[in-house]
Amino acid sequence: MRILGISGSLRSGSHNSRLLAAASELLPVDVEYVRYDGLKAVPPFDEDDEAEPLHPAVAELREAIAAADGLLIATPEYNSSIPGQLKNAIDWASRPFEATVLRNKNVAVIGASTSMFGAVWAQAEARKAFAAAGARVIDRDLAVPYADEHFDQNDRLVEPELQATLEEIVGELVEQVRQSSASRATARA
Amino acid sequence: MPTATATAITPGTYERDAVHSSVGFTVRHFGAGKFRGGFEDFDASLEVGEDGSLTILGTVKVDSVHVREPRLAGHLKSPDFFDVERYPEITFKSTSVDVADDGTLAIEGDLTIKGTTKSVNATGELTYTADDGYGGERAGVELSTTIDRTEFGVDFKAELPGGVAAVADEVTLIAELELAKTKAE
Repeated sequence: MRILGISGSLRSGSHNSRLLAAASELLPVDVEYVRYDGLKAVPPFDEDDEAEPLHPAVAELREAIAAADGLLIATPEYNSSIPGQLKNAIDWASRPFEATVLRNKNVAVIGASTSMFGAVWAQAEARKAFAAAGARVIDRDLAVPYADEHFDQNDRLVEPELQATLEEIVGELVEQVRQSSASRATARA
Repeated sequence: MPTATATAITPGTYERDAVHSSVGFTVRHFGAGKFRGGFEDFDASLEVGEDGSLTILGTVKVDSVHVREPRLAGHLKSPDFFDVERYPEITFKSTSVDVADDGTLAIEGDLTIKGTTKSVNATGELTYTADDGYGGERAGVELSTTIDRTEFGVDFKAELPGGVAAVADEVTLIAELELAKTKAE
């Protein structure tokens, strides 16, 4: 099983990248964790650019998603909404609609912000966009508010309640991937 | 054209004629117009017992859902709606079928969508011809029922900016079937 981590923040040392690091620590040992860091290179979505050859960053994004069994998204919140670069990546990945790499892809969304709300609206909008693209999205969020106060030096969440919720969501993602694998195996049999 | 009344239908199994049958749905969209969709791949049969009792069976392959907009077809197959990966079929089996002299049908049956089975009432019409011109017997079955999709776990919600539901909860399912009697081996 492979989980792909995507941070919606491009900033080096971003709180959401730290949150992904904290989440990846909680994955079972038999799960491979891959961090995707190509978001900044993905060009703005343009139907004129959908013809082959695809922009290498778009091809790489789709391949990374296709090769993963589940996506773990950590998003900040800009103006009460999802960061443009993350939405742009979802838009590219959702095409072509008939054969999108997001169809039935297991997705969990978590988020951190320096405000008091912990990117909760951005998470809701990310879930909506992933679901509209056909993904199997876990209907939960982890809102880490005042993010600059909630990580220790090892990028672990200091608040036990937040840490427990993160554990639950990561566990649900892994369980959901296992269920999907089982149902696909049944369908093939 | 030799035609008999519906109640004159003879015992046996009638299987759907793929070309002349359709299964679809309508749902209110944007609080105004009705949106239609259908399924390309399905099986249906009518069993007529020696005592005249009727049983209607149907299985729909959800992956064959057809709407005019490919993006929407993809969304309908996804976990937000039918979740084809986990629930590839919709099934129906009648538990009681009453037919009036004029062919009017009143049906009760078990409908399974997305793994949830519920008893539903459907209305419709049965027609029958003893000779379809090729030496075969044919039945026509028209059925419709209105369900609350959320009761079957098809609970996608989206509100328009004015607060109206983009897709209504109430969905009407419609089957228009032409069934040919299978000949004895």
